Amino acid sequence: MSETNFLLAIEDLTVSFDGFKAVDGLNLYVARNELRVIIGPNGAGKTTVLDLICGKTRATAGSIKFKNCELLGMAEHKIVHSGVGRKFQTPSIYENLTVFENLELSYPSGQSVFGTLAFRRTAEVIARIEEVAESIYLKDQLDIEGAFLSHGQKQWLEIGMLLMQNPEMLMLDEPVAGMSPAEREQTAELLKKICENRSILIIEHDMDFVSRIAHKVTVLHLGKILAEGSMAEIQNNEKVQDVYLGH
Amino acid sequence: MKKFYNNVLGGRSGSIGVIILAILLFAILPMSLDAFRLNLVGKYLTYAFVAVGLVLLWGNSGVLSLGQGIFFGLGGYCMAMFLKLEASSVENTKIQSTPGIPDFMDWNQITHLPSLWVPFKSLPFALVAVAFVPTFIAFVVGTAMFKRRVGGVYFAVITQALALILSLGIDGNQGLTGGRNGITDLRTLLGWDIRTKSAQYVLYFACCALLIGAILLSRFVLSTRMGRLLLAMKDKEDRVRFSGYDVASFKVFVFCLAAAMSGVGGALFVLQVGFISPSLVGIVPSIEMVIFAAVGGKQSLLGAVYGTLVVNAGKSLFSETFPQLWLFLMGGLFIAVVMLFPNGLAGIFDSIGSRFKKRSLIKALPKTTEVTVVELAETGGKS
Repeated sequence: MSETNFLLAIEDLTVSFDGFKAVDGLNLYVARNELRVIIGPNGAGKTTVLDLICGKTRATAGSIKFKNCELLGMAEHKIVHSGVGRKFQTPSIYENLTVFENLELSYPSGQSVFGTLAFRRTAEVIARIEEVAESIYLKDQLDIEGAFLSHGQKQWLEIGMLLMQNPEMLMLDEPVAGMSPAEREQTAELLKKICENRSILIIEHDMDFVSRIAHKVTVLHLGKILAEGSMAEIQNNEKVQDVYLGH
Repeated sequence: MKKFYNNVLGGRSGSIGVIILAILLFAILPMSLDAFRLNLVGKYLTYAFVAVGLVLLWGNSGVLSLGQGIFFGLGGYCMAMFLKLEASSVENTKIQSTPGIPDFMDWNQITHLPSLWVPFKSLPFALVAVAFVPTFIAFVVGTAMFKRRVGGVYFAVITQALALILSLGIDGNQGLTGGRNGITDLRTLLGWDIRTKSAQYVLYFACCALLIGAILLSRFVLSTRMGRLLLAMKDKEDRVRFSGYDVASFKVFVFCLAAAMSGVGGALFVLQVGFISPSLVGIVPSIEMVIFAAVGGKQSLLGAVYGTLVVNAGKSLFSETFPQLWLFLMGGLFIAVVMLFPNGLAGIFDSIGSRFKKRSLIKALPKTTEVTVVELAETGGKS
């Protein structure tokens, strides 16, 4: 398929590490404004798929088309500028900078060497930061250094840093890991809200959480797709119960 | 104006620090030291350019280079080549078999000026080269390494190897570079004798002014979005990369900036000391400069200057009395700083400052503390 209406079209994607195929001939299509959850047992290749999309890991073969544009071989920062945002599994925020500065660094203009020297904190930038801070429940923490946030707040801050870039596709690796039930609730709200005008690709283990947010679920096993469909279909799938849900 | 005050001078506390340093360099030291000692301080201050560059590169960006002597040396050699050509006029060198070329070339049976040297007859060219040659080399080395994601210990070791290569290269090409002896017997700058006392004073003050300029420039860079980005990069390089920044080009930029500053320092060294040799380019001076920055506090621009002055003053003092022991002391000092005071002199200064603040807070609230103590005594600590 050369032309596609999907936002993200992954075809025959394979990566092998010294002969071990972590992802093996994967085909995955994500539509615009879709919230897709990837589940699967440990070592299924979930995180590797996200790494391949954002350019952290180089693929052995296949193709990843985003808005009909090939991402494979593109530099990481260019992939970001084309509209892909990635959140890491362990919260990756800048501990020594304030929440405000953390968000400001992700503001998507003036990101070249001389652009950063000339960058000014305009009213527009401040307004955008405050808007994002409000949506990630950190409006009152703007002047606090990242190191002093709770684990859940760090997860939100990293999601906020991605929202600053206003990406067309967000990739989140276990966003609610280590969160309290109340924080999970708030995160589900947050994801539903931000999904209105973008696609989201999430890796998650918490099945309750998945069933609340997912439009469609993909089950990965040994680098291949085991099943794909709505949450109800997945839960009733025998193969899935064997390798994953039954445990 | 306000922007200049906040970004370049660093607000109130920042400008006080700069003013204190300026008073020390421009008034206290020149008034209290004789010409010989002041010239020595001037020489140390040229190393401080390298240390300030290392604060940017190592302290703020997390990239440790053990080869900054390369850039100090390149800047120094560019300056020395101009001065040597001026000192080698046909008149001054008429006893040579080929008059008009530097003496060491004549000793090496070279009969005409090598083409590498020709442009250095021009002072503007030499001055541009002082900053440009180190920047260019840093750009090439930095691009080659950072684009391939070479970092950390590997980068440090490679820069150290490059310092060794350069010092050996200079050493081995006696006809072109003056070899191990270096370029010596420098006399005048456009006819102005740089060996006189008055010239030494002028050069000392020029060096101080340029050093403060370098500190303010660095402070400006750190006050912009780039400063925060560098800190972020040091903390979570991947997060920065996947937030849309080309990490390598930022490292290249800082490496180039540090190199340019080191080059200016090297040129000022040559002007004040009157010679340059490969011993100032190689591994040992490169590592010593890292020690200066570490002792001063690797994240403090002003600390770098104090660290350089303190270590070198100690070096002069001890090497005059216990020449054999000095290197051990220096090594011990470095280990002590890294183990006990990771933020160097600046860190010690800060902790004294905050302790002082705490004490004045307690003084402001004497009654409440007494009451608590009395209450505690009355209740016998039970509550």
